[in-house]
Amino acid sequence: MAQRIEVKPQRRHARIAAALSIIPGLGQLYNRQWVKGIFYLLVAGLYLNGFANLFNMGFWGLITLGTEVPRDNSIFLLAEGLIAVLVLAIGILFYWLNLRDAYKTGEAIDNGEAVISFKASFHNVMDRDYPYLMVSPGVLLLVFTVIFPILFSFALAFTNYNLYHMAPANLADWVGLKTFAQIFTVDIWRSTFFSVLGWTVIWTLVASTLSIVLGIFFAVLVHQKDLKFKKFWRIILVLPWAVPGFVTILVFAGMFNDSFGAINTTILHALGIKAIPWLTEAKWTKVALLTIQGWLGFPYIFIVTTGVLQSIPEDLYEAALMDGATAMQKFRQITLPFIMMQMMPIIITQYTFNFNNFNIIYLFNSGGPAMPNSTAGGTDILVSWIYKLTLKSNQYALAAALTILLSVFVIAIALWQFRRSQAFKEG
Amino acid sequence: MHTNSQSRFWRLLLTYAVLIGITVVIIYPLAWTVGASFNPGNSLVSTSLIPKHPTFAHYVALTKTSATFYYFRWFANSIKISVATMILSVIFVSMTAYAFSRFKFVGRKNGLTVFLLLQMIPQFSALIAIFVLAQMMGMVNSHLLLILIYTGGQIPMSTYLMKGYFDSIPRDLDESARIDGAGNTRIFLKILMPLARPMLAVVAMNGFTGPLGDFAISSVILRNPKAYTLPIGLYNLITDKMGASYTTFAAGAILISVPVAIVFLMLQRNFVTGLTAGGTKG
Repeated sequence: MAQRIEVKPQRRHARIAAALSIIPGLGQLYNRQWVKGIFYLLVAGLYLNGFANLFNMGFWGLITLGTEVPRDNSIFLLAEGLIAVLVLAIGILFYWLNLRDAYKTGEAIDNGEAVISFKASFHNVMDRDYPYLMVSPGVLLLVFTVIFPILFSFALAFTNYNLYHMAPANLADWVGLKTFAQIFTVDIWRSTFFSVLGWTVIWTLVASTLSIVLGIFFAVLVHQKDLKFKKFWRIILVLPWAVPGFVTILVFAGMFNDSFGAINTTILHALGIKAIPWLTEAKWTKVALLTIQGWLGFPYIFIVTTGVLQSIPEDLYEAALMDGATAMQKFRQITLPFIMMQMMPIIITQYTFNFNNFNIIYLFNSGGPAMPNSTAGGTDILVSWIYKLTLKSNQYALAAALTILLSVFVIAIALWQFRRSQAFKEG
Repeated sequence: MHTNSQSRFWRLLLTYAVLIGITVVIIYPLAWTVGASFNPGNSLVSTSLIPKHPTFAHYVALTKTSATFYYFRWFANSIKISVATMILSVIFVSMTAYAFSRFKFVGRKNGLTVFLLLQMIPQFSALIAIFVLAQMMGMVNSHLLLILIYTGGQIPMSTYLMKGYFDSIPRDLDESARIDGAGNTRIFLKILMPLARPMLAVVAMNGFTGPLGDFAISSVILRNPKAYTLPIGLYNLITDKMGASYTTFAAGAILISVPVAIVFLMLQRNFVTGLTAGGTKG
């Protein structure tokens, strides 16, 4: 099988095999790996045969977004085009693997090594290629259910796809950065964008900080050594986390109802306070939302902090006690730094979570109350505004452009925070 | 000594007062819902926390269906989608995390960076695409599509957590098993997976609660009332009729909350171990 003529380190076989592999499989056949060669040939044939149409239609569609109504649907063409790009990327990967395989095997022949049989290379797959085998199901799913939709959304931002450019009557077109420019130049978009962004930032900061402070406070409170019924308090404090969030939000929506909710009819009434327009005045809806998120969010921080507190070595406190530290000093010098160090990632997650906390905003009052001169409600954050633009007013391109801005914003902040927390850990 | 025990007394008294206060704040909305679910009548105008004439009527009403109301169907849909997502994400995530933690391969570093980025981009970004694509592929109302999307969405974040946890398990364990003749898959299933149980609990919990509470993505795909999940169904129930069916909603809310809360409280310890370990590893 293998040629045992020892030549000086020459790459003759390797080069020829790689060159022949321009048609996948030929190089392998030249290397006398019959099964593998036929396999590669077959896959390449099937690939070209199966996807030729997709490439043809896909790339044409991706560039033109259709030319004729009602035959062409711009959005379907865009989707097909992106799928064609992904399939092509996978094809190129396969092609490269084929070239590399032919070259490597040819090289082995040049060096006078025995060519591995199909059976042996199957074992190779199970061994050397094991990580690829483990990763590929997850990655494939990720590509088609996450990466592809995100790419698609991003692509939409550069088209003019909306109610007036929809199939079957109309086509959409590539418009470049026009939609982005509109967000900042058209008055109504700009003012809405900045007021929504402003509330989103305030909402994120206040709601998250409130949950974090309350969570840590109660964890420290219950952690006191001489406190009785610890188990009982912990179960009570964890309850808001254990009940599904969407249920609690809808319950609160009822309790805060202006006319029949218990807050107005029972609690405020008993205190002699006039009914507050919780759902019809943006200012009060915001107060209600922050309170509810505090209620919903602190138990999670509470349980994690409790876990961290239990892991702080006891001798740290004993040493502090010897030095005559007060309770406050112990908290600020030992407990708090320890909590911060252990919980930084979880604390950051709180902020990104609330930044995208669609559920509470939408389920509580649909982002309302409605505002005059604005496409967003009085308490809409970016994500709930995007949702409404997509589902209620078919402003797809605008929604997509906002999505990109939002993602850039989140990633920038998260990366900055991440680097800071890394520095924090090392410092 | 006297002042010391006195200050201790006040400290504890204050602590108990605060804890009783928060207990009231936590219990009240929950008790209010329970009360509402047993209250006769539809509206809440005349509700009291402890109904004078408690009734099971609203629980019975849940079993009846109408053109827009299928409570137990929604219940079953929600559980089915959440459990399927949970199982699939545990499988996909642990496989991917194992490869990232224990092997060197082409694309490993870039892959990790992509995962880190993807976990920051909210899955929300894909909303518009999901809306358009579901219609294009004729998969409106498809639970399978929803399960796949949820599972895909779980992968980046959970893989990161899981990989961190695997990294903290000493490699000596793998090596000694390898010397005893164990292969990659055997090491994965028999050594790493059992040791990673706390983090598996976290991944499973995220896989279950994510879909259970999701409104945005599911409301985009599920358009037929029969295909709804609980969040969409219950949301429509209380918004459509301007609070007229609030007591029915309350009964439905209790029925889903009680089992979920019990499971959560029972498994709480596992989550805490996993979360704090994941937190330190990042």
